[in-house]
Amino acid sequence: MTPPYTPTTGPTAAVPSGDDDGFAQLTGLMGLMTGDEKHGPAATSTLDALWVLYDRVLRVTPDTVQDPGRDRFLLSKGHGPMAYYAVLAAKGFFPSAWLPGFGAYASPLGHHPDRELVPGAEIGSGSLGHGLPLAVGTVLGLRAQDRTGPAVWVLVGDAELDEGSNHEALAYAGATGLDRLHTLVIDNSSATHGRRGGIAARFEAAGWSVASVDGRDHGALHAAYTAPHPGRPHVVVARVEPKDA
Amino acid sequence: MDTMRERFAAVTSRLLDEDPRLAVVLAEIGKDGFADAAQKHPGRVVNVGIREQLLVGVGGGLALTGLRPVLHTFAGFLVERPFEQVKLDFGHQGVGGVLVSAGGSYDWPAGGFTHMAPGDVGLLDTLDGWTVHVPGHPDEAETLLRHAAAAGDDKVYVRLSVQVNAVPRPVDGARFQPLRQGGRGVVLAIGPMLDPVLAATRDLDLSVLYATTVRPFDAAALRAAVDAAGSTDVVIVEPYLAGTSTRQVNEALEDRPHRVLGLGVGRRELRRYGQLDEHLAGHGLDARGLRGRITGFLDAR
Repeated sequence: MTPPYTPTTGPTAAVPSGDDDGFAQLTGLMGLMTGDEKHGPAATSTLDALWVLYDRVLRVTPDTVQDPGRDRFLLSKGHGPMAYYAVLAAKGFFPSAWLPGFGAYASPLGHHPDRELVPGAEIGSGSLGHGLPLAVGTVLGLRAQDRTGPAVWVLVGDAELDEGSNHEALAYAGATGLDRLHTLVIDNSSATHGRRGGIAARFEAAGWSVASVDGRDHGALHAAYTAPHPGRPHVVVARVEPKDA
Repeated sequence: MDTMRERFAAVTSRLLDEDPRLAVVLAEIGKDGFADAAQKHPGRVVNVGIREQLLVGVGGGLALTGLRPVLHTFAGFLVERPFEQVKLDFGHQGVGGVLVSAGGSYDWPAGGFTHMAPGDVGLLDTLDGWTVHVPGHPDEAETLLRHAAAAGDDKVYVRLSVQVNAVPRPVDGARFQPLRQGGRGVVLAIGPMLDPVLAATRDLDLSVLYATTVRPFDAAALRAAVDAAGSTDVVIVEPYLAGTSTRQVNEALEDRPHRVLGLGVGRRELRRYGQLDEHLAGHGLDARGLRGRITGFLDAR
């Protein structure tokens, strides 16, 4: 049995905090996958948001990936996972030597992540609209076992919100006040039809706590991630450069 | 006699008391049966509203935290509508759970085709590793539900129906049972199709095998029945789409020449309402229809 988990309010000692020197290495790690030192806005749309989340907020380390009391991060938008793999490698979840194999038959790192193959990946994703419902179930499952400490985070893309399954999940989570649930929306204006009134308004109308920030501003991301939201699930909408810019 | 669904609610409510790992997820349908259990175990009885994609996704999420989810609604809304969730949120995530359906192929004929799901087992056959139980009586349903709840992290589908046999048989959650010995062939009756099969074949020289667990398919029992009958003519009568298990019969007998007749629900919509027995007759699955198809098959040899 794993010893009882003691919730803390900050990052664990195992995760260096505010390490923007660490952030600087991510481009090189992504280069191991792409063979290129330069990456366009689409490939890096999640990079800053993921880094700040793993570096300063999530209480999970390579040593605690099986700890039932760990925080969970579910990458729902499995497309373009290079930034995710780079962050996991930088944090030591798997060796950076895996990265050059990206997408190869014998590589655990596919163009969509598989939780059975990637240490630290909480779900396998790629088909859009599965992460938020799985995250709701994860919050409910932890609560049913009296584990109120762990936070559950799920990353979705703005176009991914086209999928109706997300709206089943966000409506239910808002109505039932699942305050251990956190959604990070990376908004790179990739939805063809957009959303009249904006993404945040959809969540707000469903009863969520809402923050909208510049998805490249690490301080603003951290503040939005850690804003209190008693009794309500929390969404952070991180705006980045438009996909087609 | 209670219905299979009533037994499901009663048994699962007791299992919630006994097993802290169990959790029930509903999408409005069937919630009244769990009202007491929801009061006793508010964290482990969840009603997500009329949201079937969320029903299955929540089940997968619960399983990711180590719980054993039991999901229930009508078969069409449990397996067909959120099929990709069943495929990915359980199978691809590598987690298990118990899916318990009601309604079957035409339990509510007056409700029309929107509430009929004869393709449920066939759909699950496109996926790996699902156990499929098809009880023919509420007592069998109770036994099979208990097996399903206790089956570790297995993926299990339990297909409940209002069509039932007059008496329960002892079931073990795995094997087919020989009920009668004959010499002209073997009839494999699935769940609630047993009574119509027995009525149709009463005076025919046929072996009858009874199955309530169809996946995995008990090929050894079928081969033994074929050996004992001394005939490789096999008829399988299923309460869902005709031919669903014909492939499994063929694989069981791949080492010998054989003939298979797969009977079950037709693909064509009848576009009729009415009663269950009228739909059985409409698909040729009443005793008279079965007898005609089975004797025709045997005589064609």
